[in-house]
Amino acid sequence: MAGKGISADGARPVRRFPWTRFVLPSYVFVVMAYTLVPIAVMILYTFNKAPNQRLTFSWHGFTTEWYSKLFEVQDLTQALWHSLEVAVISSIIATALGTPAAIALARRRFRGRGAIDLVVVTNLTAPTVVVGASLLGFFIALSVPRGLVTILIAHVAFNIAIVIIVVQARVSGFDESLEEAAADLGAPPWITFWKVTMPLILPGIFSAFLLSFALSIDDYIITSFVAGQTLTFPLWVAGAVKVGIPPQVFVMGTLIFVSGVLIALASLILQRWGDHGETVRT
Amino acid sequence: MTQPRLSRRQVMKGAAGAAMSVSLAQLIAACGLPGSRDTGWTAGTDWNAWWRDQQKNGSFNFASWPLYIDTDGGKHPSLDKFTKETGIDVTYSPVIQDNASFFSQISPVLQNGQSIGYDLIVISNGWQLTQLMQNKWLIPLDHSRMPNFRKYAGTVATDLAYDPHLTYCAVWQAGVTAIAYDEKQVDGPIDSLDALFDPKYKGKVGMLSDPDELGTAGLLALGINPQTSTYADWQKSADLLTRQRDEGIVRQYYDNSYIKALEDGDLAISQAYSGDVFQAQNSGYPNLKFVIPKQGGVIWRDNMVIPYHAENPVDAIEWINFAYNPEIAALIADWVNYICPVPAAKPIIANQLDDPTVANSPLVFPSEAELSRLKEYPVTETLKTHEQWVGLFDPIIQS
Amino acid sequence: MKSRIGPYLQSAPAMLWLALFFIVPLLAIVSISLMTGNSIDGYTLTWNFSVFPDALDQYSAQLGRSFLYGGISTLLALIAMYPVAYWIAFHGGRRKSIFLFLLLLPFLVSFIIRILTWQFILSDEGIVLGTLKDLGILGENAHILSTPVAVITGLTYDALPWMALPIYVALEKIDRDLVEAAGDLYASGYQQFRRIILPLSAPGIYAGILLVGIANIGDYLSAQILGGPSTTMIGNIIQTQYVQNGDYPVASALSLMLMLALLLCVFVYARVFGTRTIQEYA
Repeated sequence: MAGKGISADGARPVRRFPWTRFVLPSYVFVVMAYTLVPIAVMILYTFNKAPNQRLTFSWHGFTTEWYSKLFEVQDLTQALWHSLEVAVISSIIATALGTPAAIALARRRFRGRGAIDLVVVTNLTAPTVVVGASLLGFFIALSVPRGLVTILIAHVAFNIAIVIIVVQARVSGFDESLEEAAADLGAPPWITFWKVTMPLILPGIFSAFLLSFALSIDDYIITSFVAGQTLTFPLWVAGAVKVGIPPQVFVMGTLIFVSGVLIALASLILQRWGDHGETVRT
Repeated sequence: MTQPRLSRRQVMKGAAGAAMSVSLAQLIAACGLPGSRDTGWTAGTDWNAWWRDQQKNGSFNFASWPLYIDTDGGKHPSLDKFTKETGIDVTYSPVIQDNASFFSQISPVLQNGQSIGYDLIVISNGWQLTQLMQNKWLIPLDHSRMPNFRKYAGTVATDLAYDPHLTYCAVWQAGVTAIAYDEKQVDGPIDSLDALFDPKYKGKVGMLSDPDELGTAGLLALGINPQTSTYADWQKSADLLTRQRDEGIVRQYYDNSYIKALEDGDLAISQAYSGDVFQAQNSGYPNLKFVIPKQGGVIWRDNMVIPYHAENPVDAIEWINFAYNPEIAALIADWVNYICPVPAAKPIIANQLDDPTVANSPLVFPSEAELSRLKEYPVTETLKTHEQWVGLFDPIIQS
Repeated sequence: MKSRIGPYLQSAPAMLWLALFFIVPLLAIVSISLMTGNSIDGYTLTWNFSVFPDALDQYSAQLGRSFLYGGISTLLALIAMYPVAYWIAFHGGRRKSIFLFLLLLPFLVSFIIRILTWQFILSDEGIVLGTLKDLGILGENAHILSTPVAVITGLTYDALPWMALPIYVALEKIDRDLVEAAGDLYASGYQQFRRIILPLSAPGIYAGILLVGIANIGDYLSAQILGGPSTTMIGNIIQTQYVQNGDYPVASALSLMLMLALLLCVFVYARVFGTRTIQEYA
């Protein structure tokens, strides 16, 4: 099938996609810059001398005041602790419950596997507003008081699906002959598991944990349904929109962002170091 | 309806079977959700005897609204004074952002007959307060423990249409809903609600997203007294407000964030609460003006009430009494700038606190004549009237 | 390790959690949607099926709007991100993971803060509109906040990384030799793209559309913070009816209809590409 863009002499086209040299890269640059604008805005405004301790978009001068007064808004600080608490505990539970399931799903064929797949996918793709509303309905029907525990339950529920998928991807990618070799050498199954399987899937478990943590600390919609009187960081901020947001919110956002970047960079480097040459995937 | 059946089949097949059937059975057996009727205290409770039995515990939990108490460097001087003088520690939580969502958080707990964890809450007069009272979810106040109230409370706090015998409510602060405008964006002073409906300000008008506020503004604009209005009046108001929205005059229906929109210049004119505008004027926005239009403004009151099952009622009521001490009322009013329920606080603000702007403001200490220009909200005493009201105005806001 | 009940035991804890806190709640709102009553007298199950047509009738505008905004923002995100993902996958070179990392940075900023910064950026006198007004391009009264444009801007921005990731993964998987071969067979750049790259990246595109579309159709925070009159989405209705007004049956009915509509999309997708691909790209 000869196309129009071939040079007349029939040789290899000299320069295919000339536009990939300039047009596309500049476009990519623009889009990248665009995605970073809100981040820049957030960081910039942590240094704004805001009058009445509230963020305004007009610039009143440079200050680092808000960093030193980071924990001065007590209930905001408490909300942040709630968020961290929920994120840590829910990610641990979700990883602990999800990992064995992921291993089973990746390695074994068994009846009901399709159904489990379906549940996991539905959970992952269900609109968060529906997940939140249905959990609230459930808790109301059973007269379960809403609070930290119900937030935790909800977060574990959406994190399990994430863990299953991330760990599963890692497990299906590895060489089972290693385990067989260990077994041939007379290692009992649990030793094989701890000495061979575990180290291989650990990076997967780790990234699953990080992803759950990130999703949990960020969740607004589901939490807003099941929180009751307990406020997490996103809930507190959403409420504060009504009366004006203290600059500490953006400072906390910036600190979360920076630590996220550091953790991501660290795990990127570690992973590079671990499996040399292989492309890194999240 | 194939989806639930499908999931149920999967679930039954799975290992989850046992635990599942228990909760399913429970759900199906319930076949309904309980209501709030008769979930409060039983009629005929001897409250005098009850109060006699209560003891001071040395601490209490106070739920209020953000930016609604005197604040200095992250501390609240009035609360600190209280702790120093009485030895009662106060856990102050500004967790209430609007009446409806706060009510929806506490009502299931009260319905279950449990303590909500707060011994004192601040709630506006309106449907939620009515429900708290009707469900008997509030503890009647023991006025013998509130001598300051009897001595210092002004008519703003003693003349309550929604709680005529002052059984449950002690006013925290009151305020006026009227209009605010940005001098830079309008031509000449504004004195009528008609400006909210003026096509000249198309896209620059803010209305409040609270259906009570929105609907009442419509009634006032039509020259109807909200307190005595009928369902037919409400319909007229809804028509007027729907037209206002459809003509593109309303920029947005705001919660308290209207004040930020005014400060940022996003709005030329808006429905507004008195204290917010006063605070804004004094923090770099002198171009914002607050007026009670010729059709009148609406007065609302935020009330301190003690929820049923509160664990520290004595400590809470001691604070109510303390808050009516003019010196303390002055501290609070000088910071929040709403209508102070204690007229005797005025000279204290003027002299001791040296803040004549607040002391002489008619929005903090209105005269009797000014108070008489203020209207009360329409009364929605029953679920039916409440649903009628919400059914008319909610669809305007959430369109 | 290879026992028959092994995989069931391994996946039981996770599935139990999902069954109890994801599937049962969905069943619970089926039953709640069929109840009638009020908050004072309580609700009883009366098999009131008319709630579905009634709710549909009452909130058809918001439902339609949700699909409209969700659709537009998904499409915009696709158009914006496909070239970016393409360029990174095929021309990213050794710095691929750095570009990818930059692209995913918005994930590290709290969801609610991301939306709030748009309130700053789009403010009437802010960076964008202020400049345009000073230049005389826009009239004094022009505004973006409180309009559908603002809501869609917020939704689109939020969707960008979610859209880019699955497309990138799909493009990355394409066998480079295949593209080379096409080039050797004198296919033009356009044809290479049309005939090979685009079809092979289709699963990634659909996965992106699914992920982003569902999240955006069910979102309510963008409309709440950036929207105005007549930008209310179905998520806002479900949230206020459930959390504020306590009108459980209507909110449940709306949630169920939203869930069913979106499940249908997922099932169609699963039919075409298989459930495994959703997991892979999620």
